[in-house]
Amino acid sequence: MSKSFVELNNVKLRYSEDDELALETTNMKIKKGEFIAVVGPSGCGKSSLLKLVSGLMPPSEGSVIVDDQEVTGPLKIVGMAFQNPTLLPWRTTLDNVLLPMEIVKPHRHRLRKHRAEYEERARKLLATVGLEGHEDKYPWELSGGMQQRASLCRSLIHEPDLLMLDEPFGALDAFTREELWDILQNLWMIKPFTVILVTHDLREAAYLADTIYVMSKRPGKILVERENTLPRPRDQETTFTQPFTDLVHELRNQIRDVRET
Amino acid sequence: MKKKTNLSKATPWISAIALFVLWELIVRIFNIPPYVLPTPSESIIVGWQFHEAIWMHAYHTLYTTLAGFAIAVVFGVVLGALVGSSRAIYDAANPLLVGFNSVPKVALVPVLVMWFGIGTVPAIITAFLISFFPIVVNVATGLATLEPELRDVLRSLGAKRLDILIKVGFPRAMPYFFASLKVAITLAFVGSVISETVASNVGVGYLMLSASSKFNMPLVFAGLLVIAVMGIAMYEIFNVIERRSTKWANRGNQNT
Repeated sequence: MSKSFVELNNVKLRYSEDDELALETTNMKIKKGEFIAVVGPSGCGKSSLLKLVSGLMPPSEGSVIVDDQEVTGPLKIVGMAFQNPTLLPWRTTLDNVLLPMEIVKPHRHRLRKHRAEYEERARKLLATVGLEGHEDKYPWELSGGMQQRASLCRSLIHEPDLLMLDEPFGALDAFTREELWDILQNLWMIKPFTVILVTHDLREAAYLADTIYVMSKRPGKILVERENTLPRPRDQETTFTQPFTDLVHELRNQIRDVRET
Repeated sequence: MKKKTNLSKATPWISAIALFVLWELIVRIFNIPPYVLPTPSESIIVGWQFHEAIWMHAYHTLYTTLAGFAIAVVFGVVLGALVGSSRAIYDAANPLLVGFNSVPKVALVPVLVMWFGIGTVPAIITAFLISFFPIVVNVATGLATLEPELRDVLRSLGAKRLDILIKVGFPRAMPYFFASLKVAITLAFVGSVISETVASNVGVGYLMLSASSKFNMPLVFAGLLVIAVMGIAMYEIFNVIERRSTKWANRGNQNT
């Protein structure tokens, strides 16, 4: 279990050759099934980190290793969700969730024949995030929070080994956001997958992650790696306990130091 | 509610009739001679007298227009897909397309006549040449404005370029495509009538040219009206097709 699933070795990133560094020498080791969060001021290259790990962007220097293989092109096993739910408006919620199945092997070749089985699976997943009865609605008939739930389902339907979340709850109201934290934690606890969550919400990081990385502003660099040993499952009560507020406080101070330097 | 929809259905008819009445009154009040501007009633009466000839010519014009338009749709979709999905092709093709679109197509008719003789073929080609441009632009725009996040989602699932094009690109481009059809069909009429006027012995364009050479202005205007009616009818057909096939894009007013 101590073997790392994702490894960044001395990774640097420039957007173009004569550009300044977007990401300064970065080293990271993420275990299989670990939930990590990356926090930092905006524009610090948090999202670039996701693109590097998922292979959508090659590093300028250094190497990214996922599952013992060096990443050279887009990985094929990644689930992704963004602040913008990016659902397809011409598809029902159910069909949106099934989209990865039309692309990921071996499902894409099985989908047509075993459609009922896949639909069942999607319905089950939608039910776990509280979207039962909304499967046949179109995205524009759903509220922002419901769209984000569907987007989360889409990123998980093919049971990815690696889930990338780029501020997925950033545009939601506080109540919906905290409800979705619980949903995500639940799904993750039932069947752990490796998660990289990018966020600027420190409470979100403290609530969800096993390990929290604090990044500096541009050029981005990981300044602090903080274990979060708060017991799981964490719930609303946890957020009012002393250890939780201490952790958030500590992170807050680190971010302030980053911003002032 | 019902009253309101009835009224909004009647509005286009009311405005059309009002225009004809105004036209009729102006011609009568100012006593404009018919060889300058005939009254609409006179045009319609003359149109009825010649209805067999008009029918034949109109049918021919409709046929050339639709033939040119059909070629434009196929060509426009293919070229639009290429231009919209590749930055390199966009850079290579864009100046050429804009340049070509700026050339008045009436200037090309003599060239086409030299190559294909007078008649139907240059009319079809002119209709095609004038109407493919908006289709190319709209299809390309629909494909090129794909959200980068969505592309990332699909690529990180192992989607190929073609997967992205089929699953997301084309459905997303559909509203743009259908909107361009409405513009393209009316342009196609312009193209075919221009060509018929310059170089043909059949079609509404030819009919109007020969009528004006005999100072039969009411017949010229009858021809214009026929083209306008055909244009409106075709536009409406594509309007309905658009609304039916891309309901999701008009979600704001789905109850009307």
